[in-house]
Amino acid sequence: MVQGSGVTAAKTKLSIRGATKHYGAVTALADASLELREGEFLTLLGPSGSGKTTLLMMVAGLVPPSSGEIWIDGKLATYAPPNKRDIGIVFQNYALFPHLTVRENIAFPLRMRRVAPAEIEVQVKRVLEIVQLPHVASRLPRELSGGQQQRIALARCMVYSPSIILMDEPLGALDRQLRDQMQLEIKGLHARLGITALYVTHDQEEAMAMSDRICLMNNGRIEQIGTPQELYFGPHSVFVAQFLGESNILDATVRQVGETMTLSGPNGLVLRGRGDGAAAGEPVKVIVRPERLRLLSDREAAENSATGTLRETVFAGGVTRYFVALPNGPVLSAKQLSAGGEREPRVGDTVRLGWSAENALVLRQRAAQS
Amino acid sequence: MSDIAPIAGRRPISQAPWFRAWPIYPLLAFAVALFLYPVAQILILSIFDSSGHFSLANYTRIATTPVYLQTLIITFEIAGWTTMLAMLAGYPVAYLLANSSTRVRDSLTLLVLMPFWTSFLVRTFAWMILLGRNGAVNRLLISLGITDAPVSFIYNFTGVMIGMVHAMLPLAVLTMLSVMQSIDTNLVKAARTLGARGGQSFWRIYFRLSLPGVAAAGLLVFITALGFFITPALLGGRRETMISQVIISVIQELLNFPFAGALSVFLLAAAAIVFYLYDRLLGMSTLSGGASASELAARGDRSAIGRIGAFVGERLIAALGWFSDRCGDFWDRLFPVRADRPHRGISRAILWTVGLLIVGFLCLPSLFVIPVSFTSGTFIAFPPEGFSLRWYQTYLGSVGWVNATIRSFIVAGLTAVVSTVLGSAAAFVLVRQRLFGKVAILSLILAPLVLPRLIIAVALFYLYARLGLVGTVLGLVLGHTILAVPYVVITVMAVLKTYDERLDQAALSLGASKLQTLYRITLPQIRGGVIAGFLFAFITSFDDLTVALFVTGGSTSTLPRQMWNDLLLQVNPTLAAVSTVILVFVTAFVIVAEMLRRHASARGI
Repeated sequence: MVQGSGVTAAKTKLSIRGATKHYGAVTALADASLELREGEFLTLLGPSGSGKTTLLMMVAGLVPPSSGEIWIDGKLATYAPPNKRDIGIVFQNYALFPHLTVRENIAFPLRMRRVAPAEIEVQVKRVLEIVQLPHVASRLPRELSGGQQQRIALARCMVYSPSIILMDEPLGALDRQLRDQMQLEIKGLHARLGITALYVTHDQEEAMAMSDRICLMNNGRIEQIGTPQELYFGPHSVFVAQFLGESNILDATVRQVGETMTLSGPNGLVLRGRGDGAAAGEPVKVIVRPERLRLLSDREAAENSATGTLRETVFAGGVTRYFVALPNGPVLSAKQLSAGGEREPRVGDTVRLGWSAENALVLRQRAAQS
Repeated sequence: MSDIAPIAGRRPISQAPWFRAWPIYPLLAFAVALFLYPVAQILILSIFDSSGHFSLANYTRIATTPVYLQTLIITFEIAGWTTMLAMLAGYPVAYLLANSSTRVRDSLTLLVLMPFWTSFLVRTFAWMILLGRNGAVNRLLISLGITDAPVSFIYNFTGVMIGMVHAMLPLAVLTMLSVMQSIDTNLVKAARTLGARGGQSFWRIYFRLSLPGVAAAGLLVFITALGFFITPALLGGRRETMISQVIISVIQELLNFPFAGALSVFLLAAAAIVFYLYDRLLGMSTLSGGASASELAARGDRSAIGRIGAFVGERLIAALGWFSDRCGDFWDRLFPVRADRPHRGISRAILWTVGLLIVGFLCLPSLFVIPVSFTSGTFIAFPPEGFSLRWYQTYLGSVGWVNATIRSFIVAGLTAVVSTVLGSAAAFVLVRQRLFGKVAILSLILAPLVLPRLIIAVALFYLYARLGLVGTVLGLVLGHTILAVPYVVITVMAVLKTYDERLDQAALSLGASKLQTLYRITLPQIRGGVIAGFLFAFITSFDDLTVALFVTGGSTSTLPRQMWNDLLLQVNPTLAAVSTVILVFVTAFVIVAEMLRRHASARGI
């Protein structure tokens, strides 16, 4: 089975080219382009109103685009009706037909395709085995738990092997624990069956845990597409850096360009970082993840360091967070494995934070589109 | 709050559930004394003869007199056809309402509600103007050369059908709408993505899920239609005499209460049989949105009739789905779907056309009374001859009309006040407290909505005759309150259900007394619902003919009663003037009530 993003030879299952949607004067989606390869798990991630659901509904054929093209499995499908598209959707509330039993629900797509009854029987049984729920076949949806409904909705999609399975926040209605479990299950099914999936969520952790690639959206635009690692470690914009994980963001001006840049930060702080494209004298943002900031001991040196006052300590079990206020400047957040014992600094102490140039990412103010 | 166990000793009386429920008792006593008791009495009266001995003579008389049986059959025939046509015409409108944006839905709903509240008399009168021998439609047909002689639209079965379907359509639409609005729109989308064509997903999913609404609407329309008398009396011929008309004449001409009681029992029995069959066939729970027939049938816990019904139903839906699927295939072969350009759904256009035509049928006819009222001629004519205010002068110059108008306003105002006080108090208890037999109490309070109004009127007449209340304003107010209070209870309960009771608890914890909390916190927030209930109660009383028919007369007439007399005796343009006044007045009232209700429920969320 094909899995992971390393395979580039895989067939393109979905191609979105310049898809745009206007509602009156409002632009819900602007010029979105995206390719989905066979067996890939791609997540549309973004805050509400970012256009991710519009894009998904466009692929499903439930929202016609204002302009642009959509190709599914090599066929033009921009304005094709939903029943002629060879896609499957798992809706947020599952949309299981309340008046049909589980068996009838799963049989529905096959009936619509006029599959022979004997074959339907076999197929329904097969997918119920896959989702490990063969015993609920004659129950009604409302007699199932949330997790079971979720799996049946998935089974109903898989039974006719559509080119792509679309999932619209399918775990949104489940509680935390069940959600974690279902994440693993869906990922397992994806890996085992080689499903090509387009997944929508606003939960960044869910997106990072499940996806081969993430398409991060904001304000009806695609901000960045890449593997979770690429997005986390190499955000193209402040929005991406802030949306995925936590970030310390410092205003700075480029002093010297090179393999390692030299910048002047707030209050005369001299910073070193990495980044492309910025020219000397350009105002930029420097991004540092809290877990990359270390509390330095007296003698310890680092490529970047800043001294400030410890404002607050938040102990959260395995990790401890420190909020350090720089003189007349921003408050930096540092996250470290909890040390315990006597060596913990106290609130009010003067502490020194350090980080490497490698972990200080320089972002240009209005770049990142390329 | 009441669940907290007392710390020590006995619970004080003021904490006992039966004591805390005191606000519901006035209405309860009212309903028992003026509804349950008289109705039971009139029904029991039917099994005694004039000397007070048990006798089934009244029933054998009905069973052996062909005229009465004939009337029963006609009543069923009219109610049946009305139901069928109202469902057919109502479904597309309800579908349109349920599947439009909120703004479109709100304004369309108002167009459906308006005729719902507009007096039956005015609407029926409008049809007489439109469809009479010299009516607007006939004139149009003749001037277009489509016919030479006037077509008989009214004083026959056609006329009754037009009038009754028009009268029942809003009820059908609103009942179906309530179920359709609860259908998850994702289900149809899901069916489409799973490979179902539009027709298949409509029949197999949407239509199937809307069936409880269709069934409930059918039931309500049929039972309401069974009790009709205004429409058949004014738009029907001699053949179209319904059982209610017979009951009226038995009372008014013979004053034979036991026999009227027996006829009422027949009417009620008919309604009960329909209820029973409905329950067997579809399951009563569908009325309240529970599990439906085929779900239960799937597991075998169904009666034989139910199973057959479910089986036939499923087959029918499958056949309809299959048929529309094949039609779709054929259509696609003629006009293949292009994936490279947007296409407009013609089915949506057809739906809108049909829906708007039906809404037009619902709203426009009543408007014809307006131009007719300004005629300068002596007869009802459309188009009117010239322009004058003479019929308004006639209206306002007639002591009878003016007195009837004033009396109607007084009665409606008093009814609204009494209903609002009793109904709101009861609604509080019904929503907020645990109560023994709550379902039974609620059923008793709401029963006047379903029970043929005529039976209530006859029962009240019999009671009033002995109490000397006939012809009094008090008697009329009491009777109208029975009819109006359910609307208050329903509206206030609806607002209270969305009201966050923690606000009251917060007020109490901040030091307000119970009374202060009620006046300063609760009432200001549910005000919209209470006022809407008040207005609906007002309209119910203002519009009522049935109770007024028996309890008033001569110098104590109300406006509808006066209109009814004129409609039966001599149709004249004064009626158009009166109708116009009522129409304008009621329309304004309904719009205000509806706005307040929406405002209240929007705030409640």
